[in-house]
Amino acid sequence: MIKEKRQILIFALFALIILLVPLFLKGSYFLNVLVFIGINTLLAVALNLLLGYAGQISLGHAAFFGLGAYVSGILTTRFPVDPWLALLIAAMCAAALAFVIGFPILKLKGHYLAMATLGFGIIMYIFFNETVDWTGGPSGLSGIPNLRLGPLIFDNDRNNYYLIWMITLGVMLLSINLSQSRIGRALRAINDSEVAARVMGVNAHILKVQIFTVSAFISAIAGSLYAYTMTFISPTSFGFNFSVELLTMVIIGGLGSIYGSFLGAAILTMLPEFLRVFRDFDIVIYGLMLILITMFMPTGLIGGLETLFKIIIGKIKGSTARNA
Amino acid sequence: MKRCLFLTVLLSVIFTILFVFMAGTQSIAASPIKIGALFSISGPAAFLGEPERNTAQMVVDEINKAGGIKGRMLELVVIDTQGDPAKAVQGANKLIKDDKVAAIIGPSTTGDSMAVIPVVEKAEIPLISCAAGSKITEPVKKWVFKTAQNDALAVAKIYEYLNKQKISKIAILTVSDGFGSSGREQLVAHAKEFGMDIISNETYGPKDTDMTAQLTKIRAGGAQAIICWGTNPGPAVIARNVKQLGIKLPLFMSHGVSSRKFIELAGDAAEGIILPSGRVIVANQMPNSDPQKKALLSYVNGYKTIYKIEGDHFGGHAWDAMMLLKGAIEKVGDTPSAIRDQLEKTTKFSGIGGTFSYAAQDHAGLTKDAFVLVEVKNQNWKLVK
Amino acid sequence: MDNPSQLVQYILTGLSNGAIYALIGFGFAIIHNATGILNFAQGEFVMLGGMFTIFILSFLNLPLVPAIVLAIVLSTLVGILFERLAIRPLKNVKPLSLVIITIGASIFIRGAAMLIWGKDTHALPAFSGNNPLYVYGATIMPQHLWIFGITLLIIIANKLFFSYSILGKAMRACAYNAHAASLVGIDVKIMVLLSFVVSAAIGSMAGIIIAPLTMTSYDVGIMLGIKGFCAVIIGGMSSGLGTVLGGLLLGLLESLGAGYISASYKDAIAFIILLLILFIRPEGLFKQKETQRV
Repeated sequence: MIKEKRQILIFALFALIILLVPLFLKGSYFLNVLVFIGINTLLAVALNLLLGYAGQISLGHAAFFGLGAYVSGILTTRFPVDPWLALLIAAMCAAALAFVIGFPILKLKGHYLAMATLGFGIIMYIFFNETVDWTGGPSGLSGIPNLRLGPLIFDNDRNNYYLIWMITLGVMLLSINLSQSRIGRALRAINDSEVAARVMGVNAHILKVQIFTVSAFISAIAGSLYAYTMTFISPTSFGFNFSVELLTMVIIGGLGSIYGSFLGAAILTMLPEFLRVFRDFDIVIYGLMLILITMFMPTGLIGGLETLFKIIIGKIKGSTARNA
Repeated sequence: MKRCLFLTVLLSVIFTILFVFMAGTQSIAASPIKIGALFSISGPAAFLGEPERNTAQMVVDEINKAGGIKGRMLELVVIDTQGDPAKAVQGANKLIKDDKVAAIIGPSTTGDSMAVIPVVEKAEIPLISCAAGSKITEPVKKWVFKTAQNDALAVAKIYEYLNKQKISKIAILTVSDGFGSSGREQLVAHAKEFGMDIISNETYGPKDTDMTAQLTKIRAGGAQAIICWGTNPGPAVIARNVKQLGIKLPLFMSHGVSSRKFIELAGDAAEGIILPSGRVIVANQMPNSDPQKKALLSYVNGYKTIYKIEGDHFGGHAWDAMMLLKGAIEKVGDTPSAIRDQLEKTTKFSGIGGTFSYAAQDHAGLTKDAFVLVEVKNQNWKLVK
Repeated sequence: MDNPSQLVQYILTGLSNGAIYALIGFGFAIIHNATGILNFAQGEFVMLGGMFTIFILSFLNLPLVPAIVLAIVLSTLVGILFERLAIRPLKNVKPLSLVIITIGASIFIRGAAMLIWGKDTHALPAFSGNNPLYVYGATIMPQHLWIFGITLLIIIANKLFFSYSILGKAMRACAYNAHAASLVGIDVKIMVLLSFVVSAAIGSMAGIIIAPLTMTSYDVGIMLGIKGFCAVIIGGMSSGLGTVLGGLLLGLLESLGAGYISASYKDAIAFIILLLILFIRPEGLFKQKETQRV
């Protein structure tokens, strides 16, 4: 009970900071970076549900992101569909697709699952790229409208920031709750040992399909928001590379940690800014980071920093105890 | 307990870092004139971004060495878009709000350009795109110009030549990326106008390593000529595959391969291939009366001295963009709106890509004379008269 | 041009590309079978083989054969370094972390290659000329014969090595049960290292013999790696005939798909069939079913 109260407190603090940030960032381009961090956090949280909670890898999650973006983009530019409705339809489409392919795909284990999701991602990419009459093909789809809410038009960084972060915070809260719930415990059981979980009466397969569907649903919402924010989309944003980038965000931040997903998304989105000094070296550093963090911080940055923090606290306590 | 304390501390540390980071970057522009550059220096379109970055940097260094523009130095702020529209938009925002640049050159690809157009239009900063897609300036956007020749011009050049050769049944083989799909669009759109009949319409993937299947299909289709639209290395593989299959049809390429690299990769298979290109690869063969010759030679020689390889067609787009900006800033100073107005008034500027004449209704500025046809003869480019 | 010879050309093209995929697939199978690791950096060995050869040819001016040998040695060294620095220090890791480490390594190697050799594409001269050979009205290049020959050679060598040599048997023992293998005196660490050596050598060999046809650049490893991965999955992770059949099937699907259905969707067709295979027979098309230990 007390633990839950603390959780709420931390989340409230996090949300408060997020909501106050724009007040200090008037006219700064950094607000724009934070908008993208918001979208990427949403995606990382979605993938983390699957990867961190249920332990199922996906090397094709960019496909759901792309599906969301394209369904919204196509519905709003080629048909007179309201952007909000399009967003909902896009998310439903992705969820339906995930549900259908989830049944056979999630029967696979380990490498076969990695291969199947990778293949799925590539197939979807090819469809984004080749169905030129619908998606505009490699040269992209432009003229996507901004979202509106009454008199409010989400066409500037500040409005987009609030819109995207409200949704992201909501999804984060739901995910934190999920991990404390019965479903979360069942998922963790699958992650530890699927056979053991099955023996305990968890219907592992259905549960995995459900979490895959939810993850796709959230990713597609992120895709729609991306499309409405950018007003232009092209297939390059939804390829294998981005799937790997998403995976990196989750791993770097910490598997199963929702704040970790935020941290991972923030780091990877800002990485080009920090690495500008290194010019062409960024791809090398990116690879190296992935290896080192997986090797030395198996629980991600959140976990690694936590351990470090405990050691420091321990040291301080130790020294004060000695002094006293 | 510890965990909660930890998370609280961590969150505050993260946000402190964010704020310090922001504060650090919000410095006010000093006296040099800042020019932003968005190029895809890494990623799949690096073959565009790298020569463009090199060229732009070279031009800026040259201008500064000569004392700047009216005594003020230029500063080039380069951002790598990696060919990703989202990174291009982030980059454009940084250039505008953080670096407070007077104008932006680039992006390298049509996709990146389309993505940043809403940003520069809203911020009212002039943008000179180095990408070819005609939709960048059609319809005309107030703040957006471009230096790369429209693909339609290259298509027209090939079709005119085919008309002269009395060839009307053609096969097209295009790469399935932004460059190829734009070429395919234009090839199909202008076919009727030149009386061309597209018998086979095939594509290949940018990373494909064998195109014999497509070529076998094309051969069976009965076309009289093959037009291939792509960038290295695909077209070189196609040239070799055509030779392997013993296909005797004339083979045309796009300006996407107008660099020496193509001849090197395709080897003997390159002989006899004809393509439209900017004048840059045949600078020496141009008659002295050609208005572009001076600019061409200065660019080609300058690039070779610094980077040890020959400057290409794509770097030329950045050269033109920088020189157009220089011309405008020399005349009217560095306020973005004045630069924009002056750019629109620029006429008869002879650069690398052609002779530019912008107007209120034309922000692309070129005619099909921007292209010449060249043929590969004895492992070298030869101007087709 | 009549239809039969068109079909022959598609089949020839498919088979020759398929042999390439199979050759790359072997590398995956060898490491996987000795260690259980799926090495996503396998495609980078293919790239390294080609790039090292070109680099040695143009900078050290060595003749072709020593250049190839040296390139294989250098790529193998990279494989050894990779195993020593990134794989051996790990203890009790989940397969997921291994997937991510190898993805990280592949990004790192690709990035380093880009910094060292630049972003340009390079071509290697063909081993025995560029005059096409005619087979029933269709053509292949002499280089394709090299590819077929070397693939065949590697299958035979693999078979001999894993079935008859002590080292090969020891490696198989490790794959089956590393703990039991160590109990009977097999040095598991050496076996893991060895699997990286063999796999890097085969991968780079593949990269070298295909470079005259497909050309090479710092980023060829991704797509070729994925195709090789497909081949080995269809083949049921075998380091022998299964993967060859898997590769050939993939190559045929691609070229027949491109020829008769649509070139734009040929990769999609290949991957859809791959998914169907996985759904119906997750253990691969060409493998006996095994019960899984838990």
